[in-house]
Amino acid sequence: MNAPRDVVVTGIGATTPLGGDAASTWAAALAGESGARPFDNDWAEQYGIPVTFGATIKVKPEEVLARPEIKRMDPSTQYAIIATREAWADAGTPEVDGERLGAVVSSGIGGIWTTLEGWDTLRERGARRMLPMTVPMLMPNSPAAYVSLEIGAQAGAHALVSACASGAEAIGYGIEMIRSGRADVVVAGGTEATIHPMPIAAFAASRTLSLRNDDPQGASRPYDVDRDGFVIGEGAAVVVLESAEHAAARGARVYARLAGVGLSADAYHITSPDPEGKGQQSAMRRALEMAGATAADVVHINAHATSTKVGDLTETNSIRTLLGDEADHVLLSATKSMTGHLLGGAGALETVFTVKAVHERLAPPTINVANPDPELHVPLVRDVPAALPAGDVVAINNSFGFGGHNVALAVTNA
Amino acid sequence: MAFSNEEILEGLAEIVAEETGLPTDAVQLGKSFTDDLDIDSLSMMTIVTHAEDKFSVRIPDEEVKNLNTVGDAVTYIAGAQA
Repeated sequence: MNAPRDVVVTGIGATTPLGGDAASTWAAALAGESGARPFDNDWAEQYGIPVTFGATIKVKPEEVLARPEIKRMDPSTQYAIIATREAWADAGTPEVDGERLGAVVSSGIGGIWTTLEGWDTLRERGARRMLPMTVPMLMPNSPAAYVSLEIGAQAGAHALVSACASGAEAIGYGIEMIRSGRADVVVAGGTEATIHPMPIAAFAASRTLSLRNDDPQGASRPYDVDRDGFVIGEGAAVVVLESAEHAAARGARVYARLAGVGLSADAYHITSPDPEGKGQQSAMRRALEMAGATAADVVHINAHATSTKVGDLTETNSIRTLLGDEADHVLLSATKSMTGHLLGGAGALETVFTVKAVHERLAPPTINVANPDPELHVPLVRDVPAALPAGDVVAINNSFGFGGHNVALAVTNA
Repeated sequence: MAFSNEEILEGLAEIVAEETGLPTDAVQLGKSFTDDLDIDSLSMMTIVTHAEDKFSVRIPDEEVKNLNTVGDAVTYIAGAQA
């Protein structure tokens, strides 16, 4: 068997609560802006939903896509297609044999708008009014399938589902496709469009959402003592992954390397993380091993940090346990403080942030931390970006999902 | 109240335009749904669903395969209005 191949990032794309593309999203993140805003609906009055805000998409797909595309794609697929078009152009529209091109795009929840609107149609108007595109729109592989159609990816189209780790797991799978030689180029990422009253009510029922209705922009506050839950977000992010040889042969601009993937499962509880964080540590350890890196090399971590007390502290305790004293020089960023939680899109967006951080040597800030949790034992980047050191560096993006899924991606400089 | 053939063509053109992105004036009586307008079977069934709604008619599945052209559909819908 041939040695595993190096994987680099040559394109990025996103549509998020902070901006309609990756550049505006990154600029807003560096500026410490919040993407949270009051909902423009009457769900509180109509259904008694206790949360009246979220991090809704900044640029509506209707402003970007053709009308027939809007009608035949669930919003989760629409976001993924917008991000893919940007990333593909950003990568210079690579010339690549379709048989060597892959698409891996995940959603945590799938086409829930289509699912629930189909149910509404059935109940209110009967089976004869059900639209024929309902199944291909609601299936959770729809974003991956449409992305494969968009770019002509024939090496494989995959949708790995692991709740809030889905976007990172998709990128991890894309890395494996290239490392193993199955593909030369892979478009990989995650998407989510669940700002619909049913999932909001369901998340509220699980008592995981912030109820800070009077201050939407201050609601997502990972590592602040007064955090009270996550802020639901929506959007998509994708990266163009490429074998280092392929990128070099076509003279592509390289942002960074995706040098390691670490996966694990807690097998502890369906929603709560293992308090000892063994699975989280395994994921980070495996990512560093694949990258050939040690604890001393790690300069930056984009934390999963959703703004829940148990989740936030379990992660930093895992980081401290794994890295030991080396955690003292890690710059920790919790970007969900600005973006809200994109669920299946989160791991992909935070990979884009981590890639940009390594490329520009700038760790994005964490906002809304008025009183840092005294149990936070890792240096936190607060309010303004922090410079990363020159030379060879390693950054980690952590993503964890309901179900005990742990994904760590190791990013190194090009 | 029955729709005239002109109204049916106009309404059908709007439905096809929404589904395909084609301009409404591309939807003419002599055009074949598959060969000229490049409409696949799922899109055709979507158009049928919307047309049934818009014109308050029933177009059975076994009839849909006989609707080769826009003109066939207009004729069928006009005749199905009772």
